[in-house]
Amino acid sequence: MLAETASPLFRAAPYGVFAANALAALLVPTFATPLPFGGDLITLVGLLGLGRFLLALAGLDVGTAFGGIGASREVMIAALAEPALLLVVFILASLGGSTDIPALAASLGAGGLRVSLGFALLALAMVALAECGRIPIDNPATHLELTMVHEAMVLEYGGRHLALIEWAAALKLLVYFTLIAALFVPWGLATPPWTAPALLFGAIAVLGKITIGAALLALVETSLAKMRVFRVPDFLAVALMLGALGVLLLFFAQVFASEGL
Amino acid sequence: MTEQIPLSAEFAALLGPAPPWPVTAVTPALWEEAVAALAAGGLTLFGLWGERCAEGETWVRMALLDEAMGRLGVIALPLDAPRYPALSLRLPAALRLERALFDLTGILPEGLPDPRPWLDHGRWGLSHPLAPSPGAARLPAPYAFLPAEGEGVHQIPVGPVHAGIIEPGHFRFSVVGETVVRLEERLGYTHRGIEALMGARAPGEGLALAGRVSGDSVVAYQWAFVQALEAASGVAVPRPASALRALLLELERLALHLGDIGAIAQDAAFAPLPARAAVLREDVLRAAADLFGHRLLRDVIVPGGVAGGLDREGKARLADLAATLRAELARLLALYERTNSLEDRTLGTGRTVPALVRRFGAGGFIGRAAGRSFDARHLDPLYQPLGLRIPVLTGGDVDARLRLRFLEAAASLDLIARLLPDIAEGPVGAPMPQAATGEGVGLTEGFRGDVLVWLRLEEGRIARAHLRDPSWFQWPLLEAAIEGNIVADFPLCNKSFNCAYAGHDL
Repeated sequence: MLAETASPLFRAAPYGVFAANALAALLVPTFATPLPFGGDLITLVGLLGLGRFLLALAGLDVGTAFGGIGASREVMIAALAEPALLLVVFILASLGGSTDIPALAASLGAGGLRVSLGFALLALAMVALAECGRIPIDNPATHLELTMVHEAMVLEYGGRHLALIEWAAALKLLVYFTLIAALFVPWGLATPPWTAPALLFGAIAVLGKITIGAALLALVETSLAKMRVFRVPDFLAVALMLGALGVLLLFFAQVFASEGL
Repeated sequence: MTEQIPLSAEFAALLGPAPPWPVTAVTPALWEEAVAALAAGGLTLFGLWGERCAEGETWVRMALLDEAMGRLGVIALPLDAPRYPALSLRLPAALRLERALFDLTGILPEGLPDPRPWLDHGRWGLSHPLAPSPGAARLPAPYAFLPAEGEGVHQIPVGPVHAGIIEPGHFRFSVVGETVVRLEERLGYTHRGIEALMGARAPGEGLALAGRVSGDSVVAYQWAFVQALEAASGVAVPRPASALRALLLELERLALHLGDIGAIAQDAAFAPLPARAAVLREDVLRAAADLFGHRLLRDVIVPGGVAGGLDREGKARLADLAATLRAELARLLALYERTNSLEDRTLGTGRTVPALVRRFGAGGFIGRAAGRSFDARHLDPLYQPLGLRIPVLTGGDVDARLRLRFLEAAASLDLIARLLPDIAEGPVGAPMPQAATGEGVGLTEGFRGDVLVWLRLEEGRIARAHLRDPSWFQWPLLEAAIEGNIVADFPLCNKSFNCAYAGHDL
């Protein structure tokens, strides 16, 4: 069933959103590295952004009040989350010397513990909460139209379109889980030559990491209430500050190192 | 502050300090004195409804409350023609009541400032269903919502069909960005014609209908209904029966307050509180089902008495339940108090103005969370030996309404403990006369606020009944409370009000 006011864009958007998120998922190594094609971190951010852009367009396209509210809130959140995410990318790229995710996983895994990496992890986790529409930013389980962000945009969808969008949203969550796992706990990834036991261990390891991530997410979601829409900028500003602090620390560390202090 | 106008001695006699509440036919001069006192704030409007008898008699009736003195009465003005000067010219609280009065009976409040239909959406197949000869159906016409003008103001229509399975009501928001500049409610979608259905029925059937007005206020409505019936028949109810009725009312309050506590937290997406509150609510409902045969306590109250009782085991079970709930409520409150992210949502949100609360006579937790101490239980002598303690807060925001529910639930537990010794083992009741004629008023304090029932019996059958839900005086305040808040806070605010749809629309 489609709204009378829906244009072909509304019909096409779910496929675009799903394609973008599925492609993003292919860029993240889960149980083995390297990937047969380049897994670039900036491409990943762009693909996720493309999916959100299409969804916001579809929300506006259908012309209901809720589509507009959802799109405007989503874009506000995205505009604040993306700079923080790019700072995280910057920290990681400086540390690992690349924006290629498998390469980063390899070099960060060997690089040991760093304070700026901790900041990057915190910032990325906060951005992930916002981008995936989880509590305390958004509540994916709510039926209250007026409080929705992501759900308001897709309120007019049903049937296979809605299924694709829900699937795409689940993929996005998986992307963030596996991205955090690949970059910050990159242990257990099978490296060439791939042997069956190594691959099996990699698969078990990634399942374990996702389970732990999901448990932590559940812990966060059950211990916090959803924040007011206008507190979201504060929340994301903290993520941005963490990212900026990480960059700053990194910068000084490199300056001191190069001066031999 | 309200300015007190001394009422004439003749007028003061129209209000009584205790049930049975007087119902008096008045002259236009006394009616006018009442309207003047209402407009000045010396009296509170407690209900307004019309009656058009088949014999051609036409009445407009008004329930009045003198809050300071704790006196209540109903006055009735006979009309030569189906029209009278509108109260809402001077009293905004009367506006929706008069619009509904016209929709139902065709009695025209002359000079009504807002002539738009309220309950009648043009889908009944007739108009003025309570008139002796109903008119042709009104044609469905677009409802002209009140405008909000200015740069960047846009409207958000919400409902009557919502994204969740909830009762229907339409909310028209005029917003600038996320800030609400005006909210207008439109109700009436669940009108089932209960007052028309009551006409010419036997009291027992009317009682069954009263228990089905609003699924969350079964005891409140049924008890108010039988009070009116017993007053009209001149029957006094033995204390063990009244005590059991009062106990049922407190059980209902407990279950609903627990539900609300969870639901408010749920709307802020805080899951642990609703999960635990739902378990406790279920404990209450199961106890109700085991002890009284119905989870919502339907039809335990019968004309003249009660159809159930409590034996020693039943009393022990309720005492155990009360002890568990007392401890658990304290834990839930502690959880609320240490969840800063939740308090951040509730504090200062949806603040009601005490002056408006008084002016509209908003009862229940909405009034008592904003400093209006009225509670119908204060007026009932039944509660006097029990050391009734009614908590009152002054915050007027979502936080105050939530905390008040905790306090009221605890007070209900105290009351249950004190009522238990008075309750008999089995059904108790006074015999009801078969062919009584008369008028009576019933009043109970349901979980949501004061439920008023008036009915007129003619030779043992209901000639006309009017059931007034507390929400009539609470819904308008929601419109005021949300102003200046953000749209995304409306569900939280609305849930803390929890006004009735079914009870209001009847």
